[in-house]
Amino acid sequence: MRQDADTATERVEGKLTEDDVRRIVREEVEHAFKRDPAARRASIIASKGTLDWAYPPLILATTAAAAGMDTAVFFTFYGLSIIHKDFAKKLKVDPVGNPAMPMPMPIPDIVSSLPGMVPLASRMMRSRFATHNVATIGELLDAARDIGVRLIACRMTMEVFGYDEADFIDGVEFGGAAAFMSQARRSHVTMFI
Amino acid sequence: MQESINEDRVVDARDLLCPMPVLATTKQMRLLEPGQVLKVLATDRGALADIPAWAEDTGNKLLGSSEDAGVLVFWIRKASDA
Repeated sequence: MRQDADTATERVEGKLTEDDVRRIVREEVEHAFKRDPAARRASIIASKGTLDWAYPPLILATTAAAAGMDTAVFFTFYGLSIIHKDFAKKLKVDPVGNPAMPMPMPIPDIVSSLPGMVPLASRMMRSRFATHNVATIGELLDAARDIGVRLIACRMTMEVFGYDEADFIDGVEFGGAAAFMSQARRSHVTMFI
Repeated sequence: MQESINEDRVVDARDLLCPMPVLATTKQMRLLEPGQVLKVLATDRGALADIPAWAEDTGNKLLGSSEDAGVLVFWIRKASDA
C-alpha cells in the first residue's frame, strides 16, 4: 500500500509542472466556491426611511436576485417606511446636514430647516430621478417581488412604531433578529444599509 | 463584427438606468431555452460593466458586444443550467 502511494506521488511529481499544480488548485477552489451555497445568498438590512436611502437596498437586492442569488431584505426601524403601504410613495429626503445633496444653489442649513424645505427637496429629487428615468421605489419593490426577493419586516420595530401586518405591501414576511442572523450566517453577502 | 449572430429575442433597455437593464435582461432570459441567444440594447454606460458581470455570475455566455451611436448592444447565449 505504502509503496503504491509513493509511486503515485513520484508519477505525479514527474509529470506536473508548477503551473499545472497552480491551475489545478485554482480550478478546484473555483469549483468549491461554486458549490458553496453561501455564495448564492445575500442578506441585506434596510434601516433608513428616506427617499435617497431607500434606493441602495432595493437596487442591490434586485441585482443580487438577478444574478441568481437567494436574496432577503430585512426592513427595520425607519426602513419599515419603504414597505409601508402608506409611506412608500411618500418617502422624503432631508436636505439638512447633507452638503453633498445636489441643489441649484448652495443652501445653508438654517434655510433648509425652514418649514416646506423637506417636501421641496423631496419633490426636486423625485423630478430629477424621473428626468433621468431612474426607477421609482414602487417600481423597484414590484421588481423585487417579481424576481423573488424576500421582503421581511422586523416585528420588534413594528411593535414599537405601532404597525400591523396589514400596514405593509403584499408579499411582505415578518421576522426578527434571529431570523436575519440565521439567513445571514449562510450568506457571503451581508449588508447593513 | 457581430452582425452574424442571430438572436432569438431582444431586450430594449434603452433609456433605463441601473438596475433596470440587468433586471429586464434577467426577465427575458427566463423566457428563452438553453442555447438560445438574447440581444440586449442599453444606453446606460454602467451596462458595460454590469452585463458582463451578470453573465459571468449566471453562467450565461456573453458572445459579443458592440456600440452604435451611443447604444450598447450585447449578445448573450443562455447557459444549459441557467
